Amino acid sequence: MQSGSRAQYDEMLDPDGSVRPAYAGFRNWYDAQDSGWLKRQDSEAERFFRRTGITFNVYGDDAAEERLIPFDMIPRIITANEWRKLSRGIEQRVRALNAFLHDLYHRQEIVRSGRLPERLLQGNDAFLPQMAGFTPPGDVYTHVVGIDLVRTGPDEFMVLEDNARTPSGVSYMLENRETMMAMFPELFSRVAVRPVSDYPRRLARSLAACAPSCASQRPVVAVLTPGIYNSAYFEHAFLADQMGAELVEGSDLRVVDGRIAMRTTTGYRPVDVIYRRVDDDYLDPLTFNKDSALGVAGIMDVYRAGRVTIANAPGTGIADDKAIYSFMPEIVEFYTGEKPILQNVPTWRCSEPDSLAYVLDNLKELVVKEVHGSGGYGMLIGPTSSKGEIARFAKKLRARPENYIAQPTLSLSTVPIFTKAGLAPRHVDLRPFVLVSPGGIDITPGGLTRVALKKGSLVVNSSQGGGTKDSWVLED
Amino acid sequence: MLGRSANGIYWMTRYLERAENTARLLEVGFRMALTRGPQAASEEWRSVLVTIGQDAGYRARFDDYVGTQVFNFILRGPDNPASVLCMLDNARSNARTVRTGLTRESWEATNEAWMQLRDLLARPVREGNIGEVISAIRGQTTQVRGAMDGTMLRNEVFNFARLGTFIERADNTARILDVKYYVLLPSLSWVGSSLDNAQWETVLRSVAGDRAYRWLNAGRLDPRGIAQFLILDGRFPRSLAFAYEKLASNMAGLARQYGGETRAHALLQAARAKLQQATIDRVIERGLHEFITEFIADTGRINQAIAAEYRFIE
Repeated sequence: MQSGSRAQYDEMLDPDGSVRPAYAGFRNWYDAQDSGWLKRQDSEAERFFRRTGITFNVYGDDAAEERLIPFDMIPRIITANEWRKLSRGIEQRVRALNAFLHDLYHRQEIVRSGRLPERLLQGNDAFLPQMAGFTPPGDVYTHVVGIDLVRTGPDEFMVLEDNARTPSGVSYMLENRETMMAMFPELFSRVAVRPVSDYPRRLARSLAACAPSCASQRPVVAVLTPGIYNSAYFEHAFLADQMGAELVEGSDLRVVDGRIAMRTTTGYRPVDVIYRRVDDDYLDPLTFNKDSALGVAGIMDVYRAGRVTIANAPGTGIADDKAIYSFMPEIVEFYTGEKPILQNVPTWRCSEPDSLAYVLDNLKELVVKEVHGSGGYGMLIGPTSSKGEIARFAKKLRARPENYIAQPTLSLSTVPIFTKAGLAPRHVDLRPFVLVSPGGIDITPGGLTRVALKKGSLVVNSSQGGGTKDSWVLED
Repeated sequence: MLGRSANGIYWMTRYLERAENTARLLEVGFRMALTRGPQAASEEWRSVLVTIGQDAGYRARFDDYVGTQVFNFILRGPDNPASVLCMLDNARSNARTVRTGLTRESWEATNEAWMQLRDLLARPVREGNIGEVISAIRGQTTQVRGAMDGTMLRNEVFNFARLGTFIERADNTARILDVKYYVLLPSLSWVGSSLDNAQWETVLRSVAGDRAYRWLNAGRLDPRGIAQFLILDGRFPRSLAFAYEKLASNMAGLARQYGGETRAHALLQAARAKLQQATIDRVIERGLHEFITEFIADTGRINQAIAAEYRFIE
């Protein structure tokens, strides 16, 4: 995906080339460093990541079973003011998402009121009838949310995607900061950056606060992973380690006396909260995919009896469905009674005939995504696709229009990356991480900045050659 | 602690120990090849393969015992599922499954060992660099042990790690003795020739015990003394007695933490009593081979009991 000809917002530099206030402290430091030394630090960073085993498995890539997500050492910097507004918008959106989920699995007021077409739920695999009428402990559905934001101007942050199932990447947020602090300690004494390192502690506290009523005073939390071959295994292990929680696989768990228990060296021991990094479909072979070896037979019965907490709740995927996404402005207003603080990216729903006609006429300018897709797969990026690719895609689109949405090619903001030739602007997005508990909504200042390392590219997905940066929110 | 994690850390340290011991055996084989005729070298390579239980696998692919062929098979044979490279892969995979139980330094040392050795073993090993490869294996595995020793909490996780190390070590030393007992046996009663001296020395070298033994015995080599040293001398870290003392202390640690002993404790106590009551004269009188066969079987039963009692698998 290439950026169009419209002016891109450079987060570091004014159009006249002067450094914006957010980057002033950093640039002062950077300009005073020896460039040879910076280059050495840059190559050291990769070795550091390899040694610590921070790797990312890429599906379908045998040669690189464990690959590193490239790390760029120039931080992405957000001012305290910008962050204040962003976090208000994120909090509003996440509150709406949870109210929306509760409503969908109960009275469906939003459908009754005519604000959301019923057909979006019917036949949608992400909507789980097993959740109907059930309220999870603490009425929390999305314990951990990642909101993907893009920026197009000084005051223009837009939500590209809500990740309400099992957002990943938080370990990179933490490790990127650790790496920066190890590489450039003196930089952090010059520029006051809000810390992110207490995320695991907050996560543990937040999960424990959602424990079911049968839990003991100190609830037992476990991270459920599909295992070492999963692309995010490093993160699962990292979070469990940092929280002091057990890292379990489906084969470690079973139902014992009406509760979920893990097989320890001294027998089965109950688990109160399961932070699962396994998809809904694999959670319970008795309820969902019967061939799943990753889940726990009978966990849904225990869950519905209120004797274990599953985070995030099963069925939250309906809220980050891309067809639902286009209704988020209405959803936010419906449940909060306020105008949305954060805007959506304009979105055409191909299920609507007028929109479909427009999209088909303008495929060359648009990005078309599958409603249920993720990770940048199965999409058409009009401006960089050949005539043949567009024609083939148009055929798929006509056959199942309800399966697609379309968005304009955005002019994403840029942040410099470090190259051998010096600083060079590249497009970025931002995924802040949000924790939800009965006590409230907790947003870690910063998040994961993904960066398209190729000049002009707008694709930031790590599965397609994107990298990451440390993301700073400055202290007031 | 999860049963699966206990299994993971136990096998992680077992594989690392096995990789290290295999490297020592190769070193001895290589030394023999350098200092003795082709006949003796070939015999030594065969005995290395028999010791690590890979002779049949090797014979299925090769007809003769040629040094480079043997050590490449053992170190990195692409169709050898028990190669040192596979052991390191297994050790690291196990470490990954128990990452939450390992300190960062222990994990990094394991990962580093895997990366370094994988690179070293990416190409065929030549006579010119076999020494470098062997010392890298010894060095890297030692670093993992050092990182664990220096940073890990002395709790159940550490106990299972140590149990893996010493079950493997007890088994390996016993197997070396079992393959070499004929070297020690015929000459138990008479003063050896220089050829015998060299043979005995290989036994000691295989377990890195040559210097310690010479120091204790003022340089005199005698087979009875060597057998006594490797089986019963509790001061030598690769003797059977030493390994069993470590097993006992780590099993005691588990019993303390878990508030009780298991069938594995009972089996260990019985087998350990046999060692404690043994003298080298009686061992030889009854038959060294029989004694060692029984020891290997005892160790295997203790291994199985640990896995079952601590719920390594469902």
